[in-house]
Amino acid sequence: MASIYQEIILQHAESPHNFGRLPSSTNKIVLDNPLCGDVIQMEVEIRGKIVTDIKFTGKGCAISKASASLLTDFAKGKKIDELRALDKTSIIKLLGVELGPNRLKCALLPLEALQKLIHK
Amino acid sequence: MIDVIEIKKDFPIFKDNADFVYLDSTATSLKPSSVIRAMSEYYSHYSANIFRGVYDISERSTKEYEETRSLVKEFIHASSEAEIIFTRNTTESINLFVNGMSDRLQRGDEIVTVISEHHSNFVPWQQLAQKKGLIFKIIDVDKTGTWQEDWQSLITKKTKVLATSHVSNVLGTLNPIRQIIKDIKKINPDIVILVDGAQAVGSVSVDVQALGCDAYVFSAHKMLGPTGVGVLWAKEELLDTLPPYQFGGEMIRSVTPQKTVFANLPHRFEAGTPHIAGVIAFKQAILYLQGKGLKKIYDHEVALAQDFYNKLNNTFGKDVTIIGPAQRASGIVAFTINGVHAHDVAQILNEDNIAVRAGHHCAMPLHDRLGVEASVRASFYLYNSFDDVDTIVRSLIKVRKMFNK
Repeated sequence: MASIYQEIILQHAESPHNFGRLPSSTNKIVLDNPLCGDVIQMEVEIRGKIVTDIKFTGKGCAISKASASLLTDFAKGKKIDELRALDKTSIIKLLGVELGPNRLKCALLPLEALQKLIHK
Repeated sequence: MIDVIEIKKDFPIFKDNADFVYLDSTATSLKPSSVIRAMSEYYSHYSANIFRGVYDISERSTKEYEETRSLVKEFIHASSEAEIIFTRNTTESINLFVNGMSDRLQRGDEIVTVISEHHSNFVPWQQLAQKKGLIFKIIDVDKTGTWQEDWQSLITKKTKVLATSHVSNVLGTLNPIRQIIKDIKKINPDIVILVDGAQAVGSVSVDVQALGCDAYVFSAHKMLGPTGVGVLWAKEELLDTLPPYQFGGEMIRSVTPQKTVFANLPHRFEAGTPHIAGVIAFKQAILYLQGKGLKKIYDHEVALAQDFYNKLNNTFGKDVTIIGPAQRASGIVAFTINGVHAHDVAQILNEDNIAVRAGHHCAMPLHDRLGVEASVRASFYLYNSFDDVDTIVRSLIKVRKMFNK
């Protein structure tokens, strides 16, 4: 089995992109996964149905941090409609690794946060 | 001495995976061939219900089922078979007991438990307390697992129940149950004491009468037996006063449209067809443990845990936080590698064919208390070796390197 800890995941986990607060946010959310203690706070700035900026903070495993980092990179500048169509497969594609059912939950928490934000 | 190479031959899981390092026996143990064979033997040759048929194979299944009960009675030194109730697992044993105790508790009565308890010995009491207006008191522990010094001040004349584990599934501490019970009974002799023995009974020799507790619960699957079989032991005079947990077949003496007379102990608490194959195979698990010797098994797992504890400290120093005492008293060692999430550690170990548990191990109150979000837990049992300790330490060095710690 190939390691899921590819360089890209480790780099994003070590220095996540878009990590921090967003003072200009229009929406924000805090989600947690009580089973593993992961917490994510995500803030977005939405202008004219486009995500013009997005940031997150929180604590969690490397997979959840890398997922949030890659997802926020992807979401920036995208139309809300386009982001609504994202699903499990999109996240796996972004991460570029296969995940078992237990670790998939870690990877999907940032997506859940984003989708709740843009459905508000 | 425990001969791990010989023991591994009895566990078929190693047949196709000789290098597998299984360090999660605290969650569930591996199963030896004799246990698996006994399950298969029942289903293949005499899969009849118990207590019902007068034909040969039903007689046999009933006899084998009751033989396990007798062996369990001997194994934990109970005074009679009537005190041995088969359940699905430790959790069900506790729920049965909590349900039974419910009627005799009144608003204002106190229940005492410990912050380090597994959820299964914490939540049922907490919920009962909320439902009935009882006072729910919690004994604190420090990071070595020692109970708060003045814990006895929580015990009063109004305390009706104390629930504690024998071996903590995270701290790995072995509670001095006998002394604790003596101290409690001095303050209030009427307190009913339930001991969760899930992590103890597969390696610590248990004598329920010598311990002085009123109820003792455990699961077969953590001591080489099948999943789906648990035991509630309680003193006969106490069980006699508890109402049934579930109603149905196997637990009645007579039923009329107006009235039901329940069966005697232990059958009154065993409604419905139980896990017959599992109970029968459980006997083989106990025989296996007795054959190897509990004392030897205990010494072996503690030696491995101590070796692992020492190597963790020596190799990682300030980069590791180990939960529980410096002197290990069970095969359990929970820890965190600072700066690396427990799930990442467990996942990387998995890539090296090592199975550990990551998370809060069903002990969220304890993790909150210690300020730890999630920990990694390695637990050692009779089929583990000192090589396994070295393998996990090597893999952990890799983890640290990967995360540049």
